[in-house]
Amino acid sequence: MPRIVSAKKPKNLSYTVKRLLSYMGRHSISLLLVALLVIMSVLCNLLGTYMISPVIDGLVSGGGKASLYKGVAITAVIYIIGVLAAFGYSQIMARASQKIVFDIRKDLFTHMQTLPLKFFDTHQHGFIMSYYTNDTDTVSDALSNSFSAVIKNGFQILGTMTMLIILNWRLSLIVTISYFCMFLYVRFSAKKSKGYYSKQQKSLGALDGYMQEMVAGQKVIKVFNHEKENLEGFREKNKELQAMGTAAQTYASTMIPAVVSISFLTYMIVSLFGGFMVLNGITTLGALASYLVFVRQAAAPINQFTQQSNFLLSSLAGAERIFELIDTEPEEDEGNVTLTRMDDSWAWNDGDREIPLRGDVRFFNVDFSYDKNHQILHDISLYAKPGQKIAFVGSTGAGKTTITNLINRFYDIEKGEIIFDGIDIRRIRKKDLREALGMVLQDTHLFTGTIRDNIRYGRLEATDAEVEEAAAIANADSFIRRLPKGYDTMIIDDGANLSAGQRQLLAIARAAVANPPVLILDEATSNIDTRTEDLIEKGMDRLMEGRTVFVIAHRLSTVRNADAIMVLENGRIIERGNHNELIALHGRYYDLYTGMFELS
Amino acid sequence: MTNIGKLIKLMGPYKKDLVIACLLVAIETGFELIIPTMMADLIDNGIANADTAYMLGKGMQMAICALLALATGLTYARFAARAAYGWGAAIREKEYENLQAFAFSNIDKYETSSLITRLTSDITVMQNTINNGLRPLVRAPVMLVLGLLFSFSMNGELAITFIILTPILGIVLFTIVRRVAPMYSIMQKTVDDLNSVVEENLRAIRTVKAFVRGEYEEEKFGKVNEKLCQTASRTNSMAVLNMPLFQAVMYTCVLSLMFFGGLMILNAKLQVGELTGFLSYVMQVLNSMMMLSNVFLLLSRSLASAARISSVLDEVPDMKETEAPITKMKSWDIEFRNASFRYSSDASVDTLSHINIKIPQGHTIGILGGTGSGKSSLVQLIDRLYDAEEGEVLIGGINVKDYSLYTLRENVAMVLQKNLLFSGTIRDNLKWGNKDASDEELWEAVDKAGAGEFLRHFPLGLDTDLGQGGVNVSGGQKQRLCIARALLKNPKIIIFDDSTSAVDSATETLIRNNLHKLKGITKIFIAQRISSVIDADTIIVLHDGKVAETGTHSSLMAENGIYKEIYESQMKGGVL
Repeated sequence: MPRIVSAKKPKNLSYTVKRLLSYMGRHSISLLLVALLVIMSVLCNLLGTYMISPVIDGLVSGGGKASLYKGVAITAVIYIIGVLAAFGYSQIMARASQKIVFDIRKDLFTHMQTLPLKFFDTHQHGFIMSYYTNDTDTVSDALSNSFSAVIKNGFQILGTMTMLIILNWRLSLIVTISYFCMFLYVRFSAKKSKGYYSKQQKSLGALDGYMQEMVAGQKVIKVFNHEKENLEGFREKNKELQAMGTAAQTYASTMIPAVVSISFLTYMIVSLFGGFMVLNGITTLGALASYLVFVRQAAAPINQFTQQSNFLLSSLAGAERIFELIDTEPEEDEGNVTLTRMDDSWAWNDGDREIPLRGDVRFFNVDFSYDKNHQILHDISLYAKPGQKIAFVGSTGAGKTTITNLINRFYDIEKGEIIFDGIDIRRIRKKDLREALGMVLQDTHLFTGTIRDNIRYGRLEATDAEVEEAAAIANADSFIRRLPKGYDTMIIDDGANLSAGQRQLLAIARAAVANPPVLILDEATSNIDTRTEDLIEKGMDRLMEGRTVFVIAHRLSTVRNADAIMVLENGRIIERGNHNELIALHGRYYDLYTGMFELS
Repeated sequence: MTNIGKLIKLMGPYKKDLVIACLLVAIETGFELIIPTMMADLIDNGIANADTAYMLGKGMQMAICALLALATGLTYARFAARAAYGWGAAIREKEYENLQAFAFSNIDKYETSSLITRLTSDITVMQNTINNGLRPLVRAPVMLVLGLLFSFSMNGELAITFIILTPILGIVLFTIVRRVAPMYSIMQKTVDDLNSVVEENLRAIRTVKAFVRGEYEEEKFGKVNEKLCQTASRTNSMAVLNMPLFQAVMYTCVLSLMFFGGLMILNAKLQVGELTGFLSYVMQVLNSMMMLSNVFLLLSRSLASAARISSVLDEVPDMKETEAPITKMKSWDIEFRNASFRYSSDASVDTLSHINIKIPQGHTIGILGGTGSGKSSLVQLIDRLYDAEEGEVLIGGINVKDYSLYTLRENVAMVLQKNLLFSGTIRDNLKWGNKDASDEELWEAVDKAGAGEFLRHFPLGLDTDLGQGGVNVSGGQKQRLCIARALLKNPKIIIFDDSTSAVDSATETLIRNNLHKLKGITKIFIAQRISSVIDADTIIVLHDGKVAETGTHSSLMAENGIYKEIYESQMKGGVL
């Protein structure tokens, strides 16, 4: 069966193959067995077909029934061994290939967890997902089908050729020429179709992008009555894709009929020449008959071999992508200061020194940019003493979120220092640093599982009682209890069954159960009804009690209660002070304050 | 299967290509089957009788047949590819067409990524079914019937073995396929589970990292990975059973032909050439059966894709036009009559409840209210981005549902809160408002929207390329271009949903002044700042989805309610 031959081709073939082999190496005994059994099955198949010749010759030369029985019995034994070998290798391969793919997937995911946030921010989710779907799929398919098929067909071709030469070397010259023609044609059409395939992939990408944009812009399209024009645009791209696909597939589909026809022509030429040889007594009729069966048999493996090796090659492109990801530098972590947690107190362990965790965070002249050409933060200096609340305000893009991303080292600063309890945060082991910092993000993401599981995500070893206590602190307890299954209610599809406000309450509960000494809060601006809003506010306030807090503020009460407010604009702190001081200043904060807040 | 049937109906003109492709395969198969009989003749009559002329004649015939087979095969490739890709394009277009007619309540059922895979990879699966499946699907039955016919005509007795073994093979392969098909769908489900763990992880990667839950996630992934490994192993080991079983049947066939054929040769009832020809038939027919079983496996996979595509095609748009929609808007007073709305029928509270508002033609209206008070939802009922659940919304005394959607939206322009520009030049984007607009008209609108100044600074002006999603302009610039785009529509009603939030206050005042000059047009401003709505003819204050207060600035100030409270919080210090 012809396979789609992808336009992708691995760039560094030998490296990819080596990596793949190292995965396969863990199952080397199984794979060796597979290879042996494949060869055995091919040999049996060849031998079985070969037996036709002596059996028929035996009959023609008057061997009688006894020789027929004997011939058939030997062939039967050969065939039985062949079937058993085929059964064996296909079963072993089916299992081994899945184990290999299992290992690859596991390494892929494990490594992905170590990648810096930058990787996730700079790659579309769909793109990353395709490592798990498209790429792993092609590798898996290649392993379960193509690996044994290539060995089998390759050996079959070799074996058939050998048999052909043994049976009749003169005729085999003709066959060799014909095989060469087949090979040439297959290569020609593969090359042709490959060119169109890459054009097809490109137009598919264009169509994909167009649809992404249009699906996202549905409202605008409707508001502007633009459906017809868009359909036109879509049609154009769709037509292009159709044309490229048709061309690619046309060339690919000619392979089988061409190979088949060439093999028929060969068949004809061989039988004519063979006939003359029989007439001249060079060979026997039986030998010719069995020879012709071999000739017929040889076309299939050639066809298969070309297709499978093409497929194997394209799946190596998938493997290469996977290995590239696995080879991506993980998040840097040179820190060796660790954190110990004893009931309610925490301490840093810096070599043999033990520093109690107090929650004192200071920024000294911090510069930062996501990419070199576009500096985001300029010369940020600030401090938060233990237990203080620092609020960041400013318009979108001013750099509020960026600052919070630097404290927990989602991103690393370029210049300056961030000091946590007197220790440069780069010296703290990332895992421990992040344990010490609680985060409530603007968008709450929930995982499939119960509500209890989702709250416990904050601290895996929390008891049920602790989970409920945290929910109570967050003001989430009452709504959870009102759900039909309470804490055991299943969350599905990122919490689609909960309102935005309820999801936020869960996020607060999650942070509460983690009970970290320092908190980073990004207040949500999403649509929340006033009652829940009120619950959230109280929950947040309770959560903030007794902790150092950095908050990206959208609420009036939060800003008013802050010990210090940092007003950011274009990546600089332009004003700082408490609410009353800043109002008296009549500056940017004053403008924001009178403009940004809505009714509450 | 019904899903596939439905999709095949969409093939339209390409059905012809499909039929021709099928016919060509059938003809090609016929040639392939004739060739072995000629071969048998060549050996038995030609070589055995040392008749050279006969041998050459038969050889010629064989060559012609092989060339004809080649010609049909190559033509088949063309028609089959045309059918497959034509079909795919037709399905895709139909899906897209349907998608465009979706109301938001329809779209909300799917995720964007899932909609897009339904238009891309799922269709690729269907195309591949034709690319890889059509040939064996036609060949197998043709082979079987012709093969049986030929073999009977060659030697009835030998053909009996064949007749006994073929159905056995059929039953064996069918049994495997029937057992594997449901296993595939279980496997697909496990694959989905694994993907959703990865997706969840990606979506929540900040949470994962903030809580240092990498290892926990790995454990979770490990479990689904393990499960997938087991399921896939089980499914595949069942699926690959067809290979040795098929071999067993084929070998049995060869053996019995050898045995019975041998006996017949001994009794001089059969010639050597006949046996050889017969054997090659057997191989061909059995091979095509094997292919067929592969096709069934392929089909059972494509069924899942067909179902996913059909669900998009079968989705009935929730928003429909009446049978004879009104295509002319004569007057444009707006009235909300006891209108209520909720985003989904299982939401616990109404987003808007029992709204009663009258907006006379040509008036300027300001709408204020907190987040979630229903401002955006309210205006989206006017041009039917959503439909009111209860009560009605009327324009010029006619229910908006009675207008044709085109007329309604042609007359109502809306600058959305979450607005978008599309890839292409600024000119392309502005022309969404009026595709026939001249450059002067474009610039006029641009100036009114306060975008003229920055746009004149762009070296390429209107021809500046925006890149996907309008990434090459700042938020405030984008908002102004969106206003210009809406103005170009020359609407009767224009709605601004908080559409100057990223524009500085001086420019905002300029834009507002320009807009005030537009006479006869009803203007609705949703705003956060009091200053944006202070001179409106009517100000509506929404709270919790209800109209809390209405009036002019002075009447609302006198009321001592929410409006006054906002005013005081925003205007404290006596600065306006």
